[in-house]
Amino acid sequence: MKLTVNGETRTVDAEPDTPLLWALRDDLDLTGTKYGCGIAQCGACTVHLDGQAVRSCQATVALAEGREITTIEGLGGADAPHPVQAAWIEKQVAQCGYCQSGQMMQAAWLLEINPDPSDADIDRAMAGNLCRCGTYPLIREAVKLAAAKMRGA
Amino acid sequence: MSLAGTIARRTFLIASTAIAGGVAFGVYAVKKPHPNPLLNDLAEGEAAFNPWVKITSHAIILVTPHTDLGQGARSVQAALIAEELDLEWGQFEVSAGEPAAAYYNSALGEENAPYLSTDDSFAASATRTAMAAVFKLLAPQVTGGSSTVPDSFLRLREAGATARETLKKAASRKTGVPAAELSTAAGNVVLPDGSRIPYTELAAEAAKLAPVQGAKLREPNEWRLIGKPMQRLDIVAKSTGALKYGIDLRFDGMVYAAVRTNPRQGGELLSYDAAAAEAMPGVRKVVAVKNGVAVIATSTWRAFKAVDAIECEWGPAPYPAEMRAHWDAVSNSFTEEFLDKVWRDEGDVEAALAGEILEAEYRAPYLAHQPLEPLSAIVKVSDDGVDIWVGHQVPGYAEQRVAAIAGVDVENVHLHNQYVGGSFGHRLEFENVDRAAEIAVQMKGVPVKLTYTREEDFLHDFPRQIAMSRGRGAVKDGRIEALDLSIASVSSSDSQSSRLGQTVPGPDNQIPAGAWTAPYAIPNFRVSAYKTPPLAPTSSWRSVGASTGGFFADCFLDELIHAAGADALEARIAMCKFDVPRKVLEAVGEMSNWGADLGPGRGRGVAYVESFGVPVAEVVDVSVIDDRIRVDRVFVAADVGRIVDPINFDNHVKGAVVWGLGHAINCEITYSDGMAQQTNYHAFEGMRIYNCPEIIVRGLETAEKIRGIGEPPVPPAAPALANAIFAATGKRLREMPFNKFVKFI
Ligand code: FES
Ligand code: FES
Repeated sequence: MKLTVNGETRTVDAEPDTPLLWALRDDLDLTGTKYGCGIAQCGACTVHLDGQAVRSCQATVALAEGREITTIEGLGGADAPHPVQAAWIEKQVAQCGYCQSGQMMQAAWLLEINPDPSDADIDRAMAGNLCRCGTYPLIREAVKLAAAKMRGA
Repeated sequence: MSLAGTIARRTFLIASTAIAGGVAFGVYAVKKPHPNPLLNDLAEGEAAFNPWVKITSHAIILVTPHTDLGQGARSVQAALIAEELDLEWGQFEVSAGEPAAAYYNSALGEENAPYLSTDDSFAASATRTAMAAVFKLLAPQVTGGSSTVPDSFLRLREAGATARETLKKAASRKTGVPAAELSTAAGNVVLPDGSRIPYTELAAEAAKLAPVQGAKLREPNEWRLIGKPMQRLDIVAKSTGALKYGIDLRFDGMVYAAVRTNPRQGGELLSYDAAAAEAMPGVRKVVAVKNGVAVIATSTWRAFKAVDAIECEWGPAPYPAEMRAHWDAVSNSFTEEFLDKVWRDEGDVEAALAGEILEAEYRAPYLAHQPLEPLSAIVKVSDDGVDIWVGHQVPGYAEQRVAAIAGVDVENVHLHNQYVGGSFGHRLEFENVDRAAEIAVQMKGVPVKLTYTREEDFLHDFPRQIAMSRGRGAVKDGRIEALDLSIASVSSSDSQSSRLGQTVPGPDNQIPAGAWTAPYAIPNFRVSAYKTPPLAPTSSWRSVGASTGGFFADCFLDELIHAAGADALEARIAMCKFDVPRKVLEAVGEMSNWGADLGPGRGRGVAYVESFGVPVAEVVDVSVIDDRIRVDRVFVAADVGRIVDPINFDNHVKGAVVWGLGHAINCEITYSDGMAQQTNYHAFEGMRIYNCPEIIVRGLETAEKIRGIGEPPVPPAAPALANAIFAATGKRLREMPFNKFVKFI
């Protein structure tokens, strides 16, 4: 099957009902997308599908075929971080960091649809992203910082 | 950590024998350093000054043997070396190093002596010294017990200073300038004329020298890094998805494995039928492992699906199948027969309780660790040995187990310690490593990556101990006259040591942890621990015994203070016998503006628990909105003596509070038909962003000794919340999780 990931067309050797998560990780070595629960409870696997934040453990490769897939690696990297990533670096949000790809993908999507989120907006949009290390206070701060960066403030 | 505690208890037995017998057990052996593992594969022209610093012609490598579980261990260890070695961030590489005796934990022995942290009697200090010595001889390399900073603080600065002075000596030999006239800066030796020689250019010369010992350490006012905000070394990689965790690694020719073992932890596999699984796409092989089966396939997902398709017949659990029997067993162990030790006995408790008394019973459930990165391990068995890639807190023990499974010498087993996505004590256990090794020996020459499904991980988590307390108390003239607290619990230390094939006689200091260490002068005060015979296997869960004992002790104390008609914070301060805990209580009072009117529908509670020698006080504010509790704010004051990195400290304290509150609110592991009933996060939620309060942290630096902060803020969180809910609603919560009794927003 062919997938369009971070602007490139890539071939994966996977059955159509394979969760996109595992095609990304095992076939394409895009390991920034994490497996946490497999049942849409943690958000660690969040990617963008046609610009929308989705749980890649729930989306099959059949569903993802023909759509634009963006992973954390496609959002930005060390040299050119996305404003959300830059805010995450500046605030030093990560502890173990394992949930943070998913947190950042969710936050980036939130800021696309809502450039100036309130605390309640942030809490609602990020509700499905679990952080076992408890970095929530810094996630809130970093989302606001990223929003300010993106608005050019 | 109680695995640490287990090792420490063995240490204590040896140490107390040594003291009692007056044996000076080998000052030479104790003083003698362990061999430097970096010398094993040192190339010509490379210098390894000690086990932590290696310099080659092109690189400076700092070895940070404490496992980075997400707590920033690698950064903090590197900073301590870099401080003395005059290195800038970005000038060095960091390596986890090979497991070795040289990296034994020098702090755990002393910390686990069965004396109060405030006890400076001869017996206490003699035992601490003896335990530290025995610990060095046993040489376990352990990350846990909030000991990374205490273990590293002096040792790693000394390592940096030794390297610095040796490099200066090498530069002196090269240039003829006396070493005393040389200085160091940013990875260079600086000559009097200002010219600089990079350390890397001095490696070959330095390699010929004996390391300069006894180098003078910098004074605190000279520190460039310690105490200042740092950028963690892993922060950019973790913020861009680039960091490779153990679960992310891949090697040429690697195959992917999944396991299913008896969901009744420790029960046997009676029979299985893998015909359907073997016919599934990408399946290479189905193999037996201890108490279960594994599938080896061409991808993780194929392995997951196939292992699920195997029909298994499981044997019974080696512990009671139903939860009620677990509680009954704990409840029935408050008897003379199961008395483990009376840890504190001041005044005459029985006489003081002869009149009118207050009684209460408390409960704390089993709790899973479940860090977000599921268990995994990569093992490759080849003709000349075994390689393991995993993040583990006791890497040397993991090597020994794999050596036994593979039937090879431990010298030929190499564990490559990885970054991990959280642990909270989970990675003190060996299930993933053992299973991966059992599979890999059946796939010789091929790297096998075993990944646990979240469900398999939950089912084979070794949860926190289940525990109960019974308190009796009396008040008089507005004060607490007597407090008699009995705690019954299974012993996580014993459970863990049994899995290591060891038995440890003597009392378990984790059963009364967080309770017997209360700093209060109460005229009649007793804390007794009862050891419930083994039930479901348990393990160290972030803050171990103090997470249950602290809840019991502080909440019951709060009940008595209330009965005495006193103010919750003022009474604690008034009873406090020691300066450092008192300052912590006063700080949290000041931070929270204790005593201010909060307005209607709100309540505030305070709790104080010492664990791992760290005094921590927390104030929790709650609101009641439409019959539901919202946690608004938490104030935390803690004293670790010295804060190495204020940013990491703050982040860590907040995370520990979230951990303590989240589990107290809505988590428990219960058993039915011998199986844990919670197998994924929908049934074990913890805290989410929308119920996370604002958390305000103050770190004090008045305590004499430097200590770790990873665990100590956990224990006070639950009692402070329960006390706040009482203040707001009049309802005492005596059992966790609290959402069984009140609703939360
Ligand atoms: S792995 Fe997809 S939501 Fe948890
Ligand atoms: S940083 Fe560890 S799970 Fe979020």
